[in-house]
Amino acid sequence: MLAPAEGGLLDLLESSQRPCVLLKVPRKHGKLTLLCDAKTDGSFLVHHFLSFYLKANCKVCFVALIQSFSHYNIVGQKLGVSLTTARERGQLVFLEGLKSSVDVFFRSQEEPHPLQFLREANTGNLQPLFEFVREALKPGDNAEAAWRCPVLLVDDLSVLLSLGVGAVAVLDFIHYCRATVCCELKGNIVTLVHDSGDAEDEENDVLLNGLSHQSHLILRAEGLATGFCRDVHGQLRILWRRPSQLTAQRDRSLTYQYKIQDKSVSFFAKGMSPAVL
Amino acid sequence: MPRPFHPEGAGQLSVTPSESVRRGAERELEMLESLLALGGLVLLRDSVEWEGRSLLKALIKKSAAWLVYHDLFRDPLNWSKTGEALPEGPLGALRAMCRRTNPGPVTIALDSLSWLLLHLPCTTLCQTLHALSHQDSCPGNSTPVEPVHVLGLLHEELHGPGPVGALSSLAQAEVTLSGAMGQASAHILYRRPRQRPTHQTQWFSILPDFSLDLQRGPPLELQRHADPHTPPVDPTTQLTFNLHLSKEEKEAKDSLTLPFQFSSEKQQALLRPGPSQATSRIFYEPDAYDDLDQEDPDDDLDV
Repeated sequence: MLAPAEGGLLDLLESSQRPCVLLKVPRKHGKLTLLCDAKTDGSFLVHHFLSFYLKANCKVCFVALIQSFSHYNIVGQKLGVSLTTARERGQLVFLEGLKSSVDVFFRSQEEPHPLQFLREANTGNLQPLFEFVREALKPGDNAEAAWRCPVLLVDDLSVLLSLGVGAVAVLDFIHYCRATVCCELKGNIVTLVHDSGDAEDEENDVLLNGLSHQSHLILRAEGLATGFCRDVHGQLRILWRRPSQLTAQRDRSLTYQYKIQDKSVSFFAKGMSPAVL
Repeated sequence: MPRPFHPEGAGQLSVTPSESVRRGAERELEMLESLLALGGLVLLRDSVEWEGRSLLKALIKKSAAWLVYHDLFRDPLNWSKTGEALPEGPLGALRAMCRRTNPGPVTIALDSLSWLLLHLPCTTLCQTLHALSHQDSCPGNSTPVEPVHVLGLLHEELHGPGPVGALSSLAQAEVTLSGAMGQASAHILYRRPRQRPTHQTQWFSILPDFSLDLQRGPPLELQRHADPHTPPVDPTTQLTFNLHLSKEEKEAKDSLTLPFQFSSEKQQALLRPGPSQATSRIFYEPDAYDDLDQEDPDDDLDV
């Protein structure tokens, strides 16, 4: 067993002898962490990062396009955070895509809605969504801004392609978010993209590769090649790009297997699951 | 006096009037120098796993004494509408560089070409790059002009073979980055004018100050050969049962004729059936209840 069962992912990144870049106040700029999943569901990583940053007292802007607020709240409570409380005290800005997409059609057109692209025939760009993120994360004027670095969390970007936005438009949106959140505000971005694998989705491949080139850390959750297993739910590949120290290149990529439990995820080296030893 | 270099991402442009390239005797400088010796476009092709930005920075550091940094990262598409961004965006900036005024050597670094290729038509970008790298002389100026170096970073997986091929045909030198076992390598293709294209593969690593550290060859783990042939282990030595035959058993085994093997003795025996080998016959004595009906011997036809 390589990592203890509690708080698995953070210990994993630290125990691999690389300083945990997720929360360190960055000296120059923040980091973009890319989560992707192939043949499995990587949303457990999203829940982990959400609870992690909320517990660390960061200001979080969560663009949640996939599930409802109550879903994330329920899972968050298992992981030890209350999204309702965080939202009430201003730590969490939550864009519930499912609910607010209906508002787009019942709003007057003068005020641009973050999901304005749903209403346009030729989906232009995601500038309204970027303006929403920038507004949500800009440092407050009053003294309540006692939060640590701002964080943007997006779940997920592949659904934007399904909603008609082009891959280049999504890449531009993340580019602008990086310029504002990472460089200007010294915050972090975590976003999830699905890997279509063999499905030959060219737009998704452009999106995934384009984001990979912009990321500092890529966490890739894959299903096991041999199929579904009750005790090992998948494997996680960790790839560090742009290593800040430019030293040990050998540590750039690591692979672990994991099992999702009720309140945590346990990680272990390949083939070392306690169930099969 | 070199300015501090901002390491961030897509859309940056740098214009650098450079000194003449230093002719060092050390082999460490050969790779960068040979790339920068030719004028024209040097294309750096990288992938997600092997990134090329560090090599681009090493090339810039090598060729530049003075760095001018055009920040197109913050607002390339003019979303902020503050008036700070260039009116025509990156393409306008590039076209402005085509009309250069000073005759000194210039290096233009583009990070990245992929961004330009995703936002501009391929033909426009190729024409602009061609105009950039083939600036022969300023109009009305008779003195010969130093060549322009254009360094472009291209992310291979983002584009189809067409645009990549078009850019590659424009390039005087093409560096494809790959690697093994954590060690990066560059496969360089030189297209010198009026010469055959030449290949070179170089293993390297980039030091924290963006200077290049060349390695002699691939990492040691790749070069190690397979272990010398170990003597085979005899599996019959330590068993709980006996696999060996004694001398008598061997003789008996060798003299055994197999029942279905067609030897000459068997052939003779079959051809001349003796009285002791009469064919088998069936003797049948019907009893009182049997009704031998030749047309219905089993008595099961429902007629």
